[in-house]
Amino acid sequence: MMHKLLIAGSGGQGVMLIGKVLANAAMKEGKHVVYIPSYGSEMRGGTANCSVIISDEEIDAPVIDRPTCLIAMNSPSYDKFEHNVAPQGMVIINSSLVTRDSERQELFVAKVPANEMAKEMGDERIANMFLLGTLIAATKCVELKSVMDSLKEMLSVKRHNLLPANQRAIEEGMKYAK
Amino acid sequence: MNKINAFPQALVDVPMHYCPGCTHGIIHRLIAEVIDEMKILKETIGVASVGCSCFNYDYFNFDMVATAHGRAPATATGVKRVHPDCLVFTYQGDGDLASIGTAEIVHTAVRGEKISVIFVNNGIYGMTGGQMAPTSLPEMKATTAPYGRKTESTGYPIKMTEMLALQEGCVYAERTKISSVASIAKTKKAIKKSFELQLAKKGFSIVEILSTCPTNWGLEPLESIKWMEKNLEGYYPIGVIKDAKEGE
Amino acid sequence: MTEKQLMKGSEAIAEAGIRNGCRYFFGYPITPQNEIPEYMAKYLPQVGGTFLQGESEIASISMVLGASAAGARVMTSSSSPGISLKQEGISYMAGAELPCVIVNMMRGGPGLGAIQGAQPDYWQATRGGGHGDYRLLVLAPATVQEAVDLTYEAFDLADKYRNPVMILGDGVLGQIMEPVELPEAKENKAEKPWAVSKNYNRDRNIISSSYPQVEVLEQVNIRLHKRYDEIKNNEVRWDSFLLEDAEYVLVAYGTAARLAKAAVRMARKKGIKAGLLRPISVWPFPQQPFTELISQVKFFLTVELSTGQMIDDVRLAVGKARQVHHFGRLGGVLPLPEEILIKLEELAKEVG
Repeated sequence: MMHKLLIAGSGGQGVMLIGKVLANAAMKEGKHVVYIPSYGSEMRGGTANCSVIISDEEIDAPVIDRPTCLIAMNSPSYDKFEHNVAPQGMVIINSSLVTRDSERQELFVAKVPANEMAKEMGDERIANMFLLGTLIAATKCVELKSVMDSLKEMLSVKRHNLLPANQRAIEEGMKYAK
Repeated sequence: MNKINAFPQALVDVPMHYCPGCTHGIIHRLIAEVIDEMKILKETIGVASVGCSCFNYDYFNFDMVATAHGRAPATATGVKRVHPDCLVFTYQGDGDLASIGTAEIVHTAVRGEKISVIFVNNGIYGMTGGQMAPTSLPEMKATTAPYGRKTESTGYPIKMTEMLALQEGCVYAERTKISSVASIAKTKKAIKKSFELQLAKKGFSIVEILSTCPTNWGLEPLESIKWMEKNLEGYYPIGVIKDAKEGE
Repeated sequence: MTEKQLMKGSEAIAEAGIRNGCRYFFGYPITPQNEIPEYMAKYLPQVGGTFLQGESEIASISMVLGASAAGARVMTSSSSPGISLKQEGISYMAGAELPCVIVNMMRGGPGLGAIQGAQPDYWQATRGGGHGDYRLLVLAPATVQEAVDLTYEAFDLADKYRNPVMILGDGVLGQIMEPVELPEAKENKAEKPWAVSKNYNRDRNIISSSYPQVEVLEQVNIRLHKRYDEIKNNEVRWDSFLLEDAEYVLVAYGTAARLAKAAVRMARKKGIKAGLLRPISVWPFPQQPFTELISQVKFFLTVELSTGQMIDDVRLAVGKARQVHHFGRLGGVLPLPEEILIKLEELAKEVG
């Protein structure tokens, strides 16, 4: 199975962090993985995105044309990438910011009100973690434990006090995959 | 009996290729004498540039690196960073330092790179055949300024040493000339001061030496000296431009 | 076995350099390779090394020349426009027989072009690049792991042959992250009796690329070319994928080779006997595997992120024995494996 994940949003929403946490988690599980950041004009054009390919077999092309799963953290990135998603693919929408329905009936769509839930939990910065949770539950590309181990490595030690909140957010997000 | 005029150890005893009346030979000898006096022959690395002096590694009797036109200060930076305890100096003409190598010399001064720069200024390109230099004087004739340097189209002569002296990293800047026993002695003193400041790890320093080019100026050697003092020195006054601060 | 780490291509290259004793780095910012100087700025001081940002690429390579002349293991990196500026110093270093490692994370050109990864500098890299009749040893990694391994080795090769070695990557390789196993950290113990330094126990050393007497310069050129022949004999590297029974051989290096490999897999699923020949050393170019393949192959197809530059070398290797075709996307656009497959199928149909 080759998971081709595209995570898109705007700068500051934690798009790259989701990608790196996933890539690092996949590596811990001994899987083949490539993390591909987008850079250049797109960085300044309102959308930021990155791709992660996770596979049990060697990964040749470091490029994603048709992602098997898209996280859209805001409307512009949803509009931009919805049509690229592979047939019968998944879309995980941050429904706090994306209000319209999918134009493609065959896609699996999970709507996660990530900003509202993060606000309720008292830290809007962890909105991305709800979406990450939905993604790992929906795709089963990596285990929750590897994600937590990976997150622990990526956050600086002085921010490890945030780990329980992140884990709760991921676990809450996982419920939306059903 | 004390020998007072031995051939410097820091020079190789071979005929130099310089034209009659050229002052490069004198300046080479002054550098060599200073190195002998400071007893640093085995700890000196020179960086040659491109121009008439580009073969000076044949004359200096210590380790030398030859680099591209204008890049001697950058190359000396690389050498000095690897061997911070060695004396590292560049030897550059005015085409090299004041034209193609302006970026390198300015930023080497800005960094306060602990090297010494010997800048020989005769207001013309020698090796390539008498072309106009950025240091050429207004109305001075050159093969690329056959009607004389016109300031309205080529600007005014550049005062590099004054410009470099403005930089914090430059601890000492002096302009001297080679015209007489006294001025030669002053030049030697300036070179020695620059080398001593470097070894004391004070920073970047430059000694600009007004020089002659009888061949490309089309003058006899003695006339050249007079022309240099009357014209070049008039535009580029000799003296200390920036002195090392007290306690330095 | 050491544990794997997830590393960005550029950072992994920098770390590989440090681990093989590189202690000096001089460079100037340019996208998409800024992570190399940034990594060096952060980590070189921790191992007693020196990072310095030059005022330009020209100054930076001239600093590299100085540090190399002084005996240090030294590195610089840039991307296409910056590599053009470095050519002056690279030529001087080749002429003065100075080792160093130069990384080119290629991007779309000509001119300022664009910052996305491309492969438009193959000719420049493999034909010397600057003025004069010289060569660089040029290694073209396709994965982050290979970038680590080749960069690590590049320092030894540069010292062995007293010649600059280029790592020819592209913006994609520089930016992607992959798991890597890092090699053992070593100090540089290479003896360099030719270098300038304090010189209490030897004659003076002169480092120069200047030979004013033409007869002498001719001999220098002959000597250098003997060394290039030695490199040709010893350092040719390539990788192959499903070549044993291949009737159609794709030829690609670096990132393009990964795209081509995916296309080969897709072709095989459709029953098309495709294979991949991937030059790892692009100079010296691996000629011999082509000779061995000719009898079984119907045609060669080069896949490059350019209008076709390496294809010249493939044609030199193949001669008129077989057709050599080209497919590429330009300016930083990556061809999808599907596009490569379509091209392959078209060509295969023609030959029947």
